[in-house]
Amino acid sequence: MTGYERLSYQLEQALLALDRLVVKQILAESGQAGNIFEFTDRVIVPAMEMMGEGWEQGTIALSQYYMSSRILEETLSALLPSGTSPQRPHQKMAITILNDYHALGKRIVSSALQVNGFRLTDYGRREVDELAEAVKEDGIRVLLVSVLMLPSALLVKQLRRRLDEMACPTKIVVGGAPFRFDGQLWREVGADAMGKTASEAVEIVTELAVESG
Amino acid sequence: MSTEMTSGQRVVMALGHKEPDRVPFFLPASFYPAREMGISIREYFSRPENVVEGQMRFLSRYHHDIISALFYAAIEVEAWGGEIVFYDDGPPNAGAPFIRKPEDILRLEPPRIGDSPCLVKVLRAIEMLKARVGDEVPIVAIAVSPFSAPPMQMGFASYFDLMYERPELFERLMSLNENFCVEWANAQLEAGAATICYFDPVSSPTIVPREIYLKTGFQIARRTISRIKGPTGTHLASGRSLPILDDLAQTGTLIIGTSALEDLAEVKAACRGKLTILGNLNAIEMRRWTPEEAEAAVKDAIAKAGPGGGFILADNHGEIPWQVPEEVLESISQAVQKWGGYPLDWVEGHNGG
Repeated sequence: MTGYERLSYQLEQALLALDRLVVKQILAESGQAGNIFEFTDRVIVPAMEMMGEGWEQGTIALSQYYMSSRILEETLSALLPSGTSPQRPHQKMAITILNDYHALGKRIVSSALQVNGFRLTDYGRREVDELAEAVKEDGIRVLLVSVLMLPSALLVKQLRRRLDEMACPTKIVVGGAPFRFDGQLWREVGADAMGKTASEAVEIVTELAVESG
Repeated sequence: MSTEMTSGQRVVMALGHKEPDRVPFFLPASFYPAREMGISIREYFSRPENVVEGQMRFLSRYHHDIISALFYAAIEVEAWGGEIVFYDDGPPNAGAPFIRKPEDILRLEPPRIGDSPCLVKVLRAIEMLKARVGDEVPIVAIAVSPFSAPPMQMGFASYFDLMYERPELFERLMSLNENFCVEWANAQLEAGAATICYFDPVSSPTIVPREIYLKTGFQIARRTISRIKGPTGTHLASGRSLPILDDLAQTGTLIIGTSALEDLAEVKAACRGKLTILGNLNAIEMRRWTPEEAEAAVKDAIAKAGPGGGFILADNHGEIPWQVPEEVLESISQAVQKWGGYPLDWVEGHNGG
């Protein structure tokens, strides 16, 4: 086990134990790392991937996933002075809840992306037409859509159509329960990708940002 | 067994972990019958007479074995003074949380059942349904568990924050919810419901880890279920159950609603003789099933969980989506008639118990 691997494992364990002190000690070492993204990629990302896999396999609960992402985000914000948090170069991105009122998935994904150096606009809860307008006006290239209800998942098809009508080249990334229970649904509604976990969302966004850029 | 049983007899026998004349099945249709009646979901739930008519038509068309008295889970939020959002093609949802900050819990008072028009409507529907079906078809009513109501009352993230970081306010909210849940469940039993579905998705290991569950949802379920004056079944609404099946059996519940994410054979092995399984057809995929796929799913579920009784075939979430075509539900119903008759001599090891 390398030093980074050991730190990553310790970080995962500390997050699951909600041990803010140890999380802070581990993240403080990022300051000693030569490259902040090297630390992120080799310590934070693997820890989050392990938790994502655990969530997917049913060994980690949603409450642990949420609390971990919250602690990670809060600790990093406290460690890095305002405005100095590292940012990866990427296309403009936004995240939204389409139609329904369930905000937790958006919050976890948003947190994971920010911890990984992505910046994104949070549109909150939106309906299809107003969302399409905002995406076009803001020049959003990657849109993350979180849903819990099946009717909301099916509305992504309308969103895709509306964006196409407006000649908007935006990539749509979807996530949420209906897509987890029906593995074909994301293609059916015209999404470009589907993430089952927050770390999958990070991987997808990284790929799409490269493609788009 | 050649004599045909009533649905009531069939379900009771399955709950006793014995084999009735055939596998009982349940298509939980809360808002779905509005389709058949050609009215909006909002209008459907505006009068108990509509719900009774919808449920009776649904029963007559699909011949399932249990009637659902659920209007919508968020109706409890409505009774607490929360906002309800109606959709054209899905269940009414709780809108913005009515607990806006944790300290609001200190001023919270549970609603009185008799003073809540929305709850009285449900009780009236149960009474009318009971008058129509008597003991022939059991009516299941829903009470959201004290532990699982807060995501609708205050939002999921705020609830997790409360659960992990504000134990005193968490306990106060649980106490308020417990009293309401017991009163609501018992009122529905008095109105004629045969069973209470204790709707408890937050207790699933999908949502909280077992160590947290044992300190919270498990204790709350034991206390609450012991005060409900009738049989209960626990539904985890698509959440996983395997790691806590033994714990669930100790809460006093008789039935467990299982997830499509879990292997029914594994669930059966863990539940045998302890809990009746309700599930676990994938209600999301169901909307695009062909008749052949519907039949295959039914056959597979019966083969895995049917032998020995203790099984009621149903969906995995506790609600048939609006988007599922009627033909799929008909195919499921026909497949149960075709493959569900006991003894299940087409299933390998069917009499192995």
